[in-house]
Amino acid sequence: MSDEKIRQLEIAACKARMGVIEGTFNAKSGHPGGSLSAVDILTCLYFSKMKVDPQKPQDPDRDRFVLSKGHAAPALYAVLALRGYFPFEELKTLRKSDARLQGHPSMRMLPGLDMSTGSLGQGISAAVGMALGGKLAGKEYTVYTILGDGECEEGQVWEAAMFAAHKKLDNLVAFVDFNNLQIDGTLDEVNSPAPLPEKFAAFGWNTMTIDGNSIPEILNALDRVEKNGKPTAIIATTVKGKGVSYMENACGWHGKAPNQEEYNIAMAELNEELARLGGKADE
Amino acid sequence: MSECIKAATRDGYGRGLVDLAAHNDRLIVLDADLAAATKTGVFKKACPERFFDCGIAEGNMMGVAAGLATCGYTVFASSFAMFAAGRAFEQVRNSIGYPHLNVKIGATHAGISVGEDGASHQCCEDIALMRTIPGMTIINPADDMEAYKAVFAAAALDGPVYLRFGRLAVPRIFDEQYQIEIGKGVRLTEGRDVTIIATGLMVNEALMAAEELKNSGISAAVVNMHTIKPIDRDIIIESAKATGAIVTAEEHNVIGGLGAAVAEVIGESVPVPVLRVGVEDTFGRSGPAAELLHLYGLDAAHIADAAKRAVAMKK
Repeated sequence: MSDEKIRQLEIAACKARMGVIEGTFNAKSGHPGGSLSAVDILTCLYFSKMKVDPQKPQDPDRDRFVLSKGHAAPALYAVLALRGYFPFEELKTLRKSDARLQGHPSMRMLPGLDMSTGSLGQGISAAVGMALGGKLAGKEYTVYTILGDGECEEGQVWEAAMFAAHKKLDNLVAFVDFNNLQIDGTLDEVNSPAPLPEKFAAFGWNTMTIDGNSIPEILNALDRVEKNGKPTAIIATTVKGKGVSYMENACGWHGKAPNQEEYNIAMAELNEELARLGGKADE
Repeated sequence: MSECIKAATRDGYGRGLVDLAAHNDRLIVLDADLAAATKTGVFKKACPERFFDCGIAEGNMMGVAAGLATCGYTVFASSFAMFAAGRAFEQVRNSIGYPHLNVKIGATHAGISVGEDGASHQCCEDIALMRTIPGMTIINPADDMEAYKAVFAAAALDGPVYLRFGRLAVPRIFDEQYQIEIGKGVRLTEGRDVTIIATGLMVNEALMAAEELKNSGISAAVVNMHTIKPIDRDIIIESAKATGAIVTAEEHNVIGGLGAAVAEVIGESVPVPVLRVGVEDTFGRSGPAAELLHLYGLDAAHIADAAKRAVAMKK
């Protein structure tokens, strides 16, 4: 992977973070913290790994993506917009009563969404169904999903994990956005599902642990996914609120939107980062 | 009409799936470790490559069904009604109903006629639960032939369908030529004084009640309401106008099921007496199915009694 490609992806991720702030600020609600932690993974998937065409969002041979942690919708929307599925400007309509950008993804309302999600634990099962469908049809596509770390407290995640391994779905890759925070506190304070690599391994999955806010590490992990008869879990250690100083590792930014002053600070920080990367906002 | 054949609606379901496979190469059947009981086991034997046992994990099964449906498959996901509609309600609501995916839920062992397994397995709430999901179609066949036909009708519909089947063998009412039309009630007998609108195994009881009522000089029409949602408003309103009184009969809680659906239509159109025969908001218990049906008032005698009271209310 060339340094230039990594820089381009980092620029895209930075712009996606701006999209998250733009969306949640205008909506006056939403989930910026868990969106910002997942941005780098989403950017790598949609700009580097996944075989998708925004002009053909229903292509039966496309790679699939399911946002099992559906509350990170602002991040997914930002990346889809940057990828060309719909105008970036539309991010400002997030959560409005006449918008296609629902608080949690609705596949019937917006092109590029492969599944409606939001109720935790359910997205991974749908991803498993898509992977099973691909195997049945002899298709080569891969299904990607992102789970929250707190989401792994849902029993259905493990029902899905068991079934995926039993059916040898090596066309399934599940990221866990391990930002260590859930609504009521840190994982340890609430009901920790850790250690996740060991648990997924015990369920018959390949596992990796990476820095989920490092583009090179994410790309490297995706390249190391093996088609060895097992699904792959990538436990991605992340920083909740990544990229906006006052949101980083702060539990209070799970489901709260920035006000005007906070918006200004966030955008200034992200513009500074964009300039550092040599990117331009209107490119 | 044939009087001698008895079969459970779940048998018609299994047979329907096997025959549907010949017409639908996108058919997938899922089960949750109950294939022998739900009769998807018959399909498994015929088409093993298109059958997947998801194990005892109904929530995941519904999600897997949804994922398969997004890939263009026609998916039938099976379990007992208690677990398909009850345990997995929210998965059905959010992963299947909300995105309106092409998943058919084949729920067997509905109602009190589950028998000896007792209240934990006797689901009398499933129609109520499924009715509240926007876009969900609900079909509750009266006999194994109607169940067989319902499988094809459900498959022909693009969207989620809840198919409700029973464990108990019941008399066959319909012949091979019978065709089911989703959303259209079937008037089985004409009558002047009262209309009995029944669903599932209560249709046969309703027919017997209508015979019995003749001895009391009451002429009762019987309507088979195989589709609970969308409910056939026209036949309900016609019946209210024609007979001026309605009795509903279902193997389900009187709250939220067929009786409620009919009463809602009547209350908003042609207000006439509507008496509901069903499980009176109570849990069941263990026992032979036939005994339980009598014990909980799900038989021709109770329907006939309700019909007499409904007729009396007209005056």
